[in-house]
Amino acid sequence: MAPVGALLRAVRRYNTSMWTFIHKLGSPPWFFGFSGSLVRWLLPITVTLLLVGAIWGLLVAPPDFRQGNSYRIIYIHVPAAVVALAGYYVMAFAGAVSLIWRIRMADVTMRAAAPVGAILTAIALVTGAIWGKPTWGTWWVWDARITSMLILLFLYLGVVALFEAYENKTAAARACAVLSLVGTVNIPIIYKSVDWWYSLHQPASIKFTGESAIDASMLYPLLLMIVAFYCLFVLALLLNMRAELVWTHRESGWLKQLVGDT
Amino acid sequence: MYFESLASVWYMDGHGFYVWLAYALTALPLVFMVWLPIKRMQQHWRWLQAEQRRAAAATANQASVMGSDV
Repeated sequence: MAPVGALLRAVRRYNTSMWTFIHKLGSPPWFFGFSGSLVRWLLPITVTLLLVGAIWGLLVAPPDFRQGNSYRIIYIHVPAAVVALAGYYVMAFAGAVSLIWRIRMADVTMRAAAPVGAILTAIALVTGAIWGKPTWGTWWVWDARITSMLILLFLYLGVVALFEAYENKTAAARACAVLSLVGTVNIPIIYKSVDWWYSLHQPASIKFTGESAIDASMLYPLLLMIVAFYCLFVLALLLNMRAELVWTHRESGWLKQLVGDT
Repeated sequence: MYFESLASVWYMDGHGFYVWLAYALTALPLVFMVWLPIKRMQQHWRWLQAEQRRAAAATANQASVMGSDV
């Protein structure tokens, strides 16, 4: 029974350290220090991943047998769309935490995620339109996938605009949290749209269960770009949060000390 | 490397315009998205540093005025 006991102790220790970590994240001075060292690593890693992935996808990967070279847009279109959806979960989850526990850092996270998600959604829509022209013969079509992505863009922009519309920032954060939670309905619709209303947009090529409908020589650069875009999302999120914290905590002792030390 | 010359990379069998336009329209907002908060943070930081210098100068000034009275 000794290994079982050791395992249980390890799980308990991990559990404790995880909760300590989550509690620390709620503290602005701790978060500021932690995110500062994270950003210093994440910035060069993200730039390297993006450059390697883009060169691989643009120059090394073979052309598609049906779409030719236009398919190379997949290496930015799919990662942008995937991370735009994942970013919405981050924003809505932070909104829920902010509503339930009234944690200020959750507000900051929610608001920092909104512009990043909006930019990624816009990139997915624009690159999709450019890809659509040589492939479908049209820039735009009111296809279910495309329309639900457009709604996602409006939800992100709505959160940004709603926060600016309120004078009272506590009420603003609460309204934004409610909006982002209600908008979560759109996420499974986006996922399932290509199967429910199949018109022009092709269904997913990568599947977690079963074989992907894409060759390894095309899949690896795509996976690399998805990882790169996730890193980019975290990086932009942290940078937005830090810029926000520096301003809202300008009267705090810990920040004055940090500024004085530089 | 799939392409044989720089010209074929640019042309991409007729799809070059679409591919390069898509990549350009992605690169610009991505750079903007990272650069903007860094810039904003630097501005705030400089403002705070200047504020501390102002406060320190005001204190020093106060002290010298009080010193001359004695």
